[in-house]
Amino acid sequence: MKRGRIAYAGAIHQVTATGDKVRLPNGTLLNEDEVVWLPPVEPGTIFALGLNYADHAAEIASALPTEPMVFLKSTNTLLGHNAFTIRPDDASMMHYECELAVVIGRTARNVSQADAYDYIGGYTVANDYAIRNYLEGFYRPNFKIKSRDGCTPIGPWVVDAADVADPMQLELRTLVNGEVTQQGNTRDMLFKVPYLIEYFSSFMTLNVGDVVLTGTPHGTINVMPGDEVVTEIESIGRLRNTIIRDELAPTS
Amino acid sequence: MINAFARPRGAPPAEVLVDIEADRVQFGGRSVALSSCHWDVPVKGAVYGTLLNFRQELDALGDKVNQPPYGGMPSAPVMYLKTPNTFIGHGAPIPLSADVTQVLVGAALGVVIGRAASRVSEQEAMQYVSGYTLVNDITVPHDSLFRQPLHAKNRDGFCPIGPWIVPAGALPNVASSRIQALINGEVVQEFSLDDLVRPLPQLIADLSQFFTLQPGDVLFTGLSPGAPLAGAGDIVGVAIQGLGKLENPLVREQDIVGGRS
Repeated sequence: MKRGRIAYAGAIHQVTATGDKVRLPNGTLLNEDEVVWLPPVEPGTIFALGLNYADHAAEIASALPTEPMVFLKSTNTLLGHNAFTIRPDDASMMHYECELAVVIGRTARNVSQADAYDYIGGYTVANDYAIRNYLEGFYRPNFKIKSRDGCTPIGPWVVDAADVADPMQLELRTLVNGEVTQQGNTRDMLFKVPYLIEYFSSFMTLNVGDVVLTGTPHGTINVMPGDEVVTEIESIGRLRNTIIRDELAPTS
Repeated sequence: MINAFARPRGAPPAEVLVDIEADRVQFGGRSVALSSCHWDVPVKGAVYGTLLNFRQELDALGDKVNQPPYGGMPSAPVMYLKTPNTFIGHGAPIPLSADVTQVLVGAALGVVIGRAASRVSEQEAMQYVSGYTLVNDITVPHDSLFRQPLHAKNRDGFCPIGPWIVPAGALPNVASSRIQALINGEVVQEFSLDDLVRPLPQLIADLSQFFTLQPGDVLFTGLSPGAPLAGAGDIVGVAIQGLGKLENPLVREQDIVGGRS
């Protein structure tokens, strides 16, 4: 089952999706393009992995991490499917990051790798944008690069864990204006999903609805206002976002 | 007397009238002994701290700020998150897992946001603050400030908050008051917020240029330089005049039975 959250006719609804239709709890069927997609999750905590694919690590850093390079993101970052993300005028390198997002389904503390899948509720797609020239050296990645308003589209929906045969064998790709610019497979993660659940839950409690963004493969390129960025993951979904200028930026 | 908003355990959220000297608190038409009350976390939003906002923090780093891996003074506020698994109310035990022997007692002023603040100016920033509370930024000592310190700051129960929220109007000068860190009831550290790199209005204004603070969010002043260390068996606390006192025992994780961990 694909479970989403939408705004429609003045209210927020939990919906299920089939094909290009969206089903409201009362049975009404809508076309997917006539609703406003909201982030399908409302996490308390958003974990994110840096440098979790060897080929992307080589692209932006010199050495591979020996333990998960994890950071936290604030919830003001989340946007739904079909939304808009701002590229500030002084950004020199703003890139997308197509990532498998894992949604926690049960409270997890001290969970072993062997049991980890029992604690996953589902999966969705995230696009964890970065503005690389904002990267600074303290508690990094700092908020200005990774916790900006609306810098993390997520969705369109959460696919139930039971419906994903092997989350460690999924093709990921990003298309900018219809052209494939990033490709990878979740099998190439350095630290796999069960390992990450064990790792986090060894020192903190994972709560229902928490999200783990599992990192991105090679192929992150600069995007500009007007670009349509589609991040998609096999068996999960296709998440669309459009880059816009900062129309309200103070002019100097 | 402190007039505040609180979440008394086992009762609906309420306005409370606290008399610390007399050990009394009134809410919902009742008057009970303050020492007999349990208080749940009074806030519902996200909780953010800030690094390098004390002048002495920068002084202590000296030229290291410009050297690898740091590579220079950051241009924007350096923030960190205390995640929901860290939130506990006044009196609740802070669990220490087997690999943690001592923690820093991070006495801090918590600033509660009242309405959405995006791209606000320094002059108007404080209009977005609805109240104040106490925050204890429990932290495992760590030397490197390069990566986000989840192991040091985001363990379960590592962010006591409360006991209540005092409306901003009741504490117009709170930012210049003294903040005290307590261990076993003794004041072991006392400092002021007179010498912040970014005073609160500037911190809110600068952060809000790229980050919308939501109603109910809490921005706290960050781990102060010279924060004291404590270990299992100690009761650690924060006190500020007009806000009262937030105290929690440090307890070995395996000794908590039926607790929230």
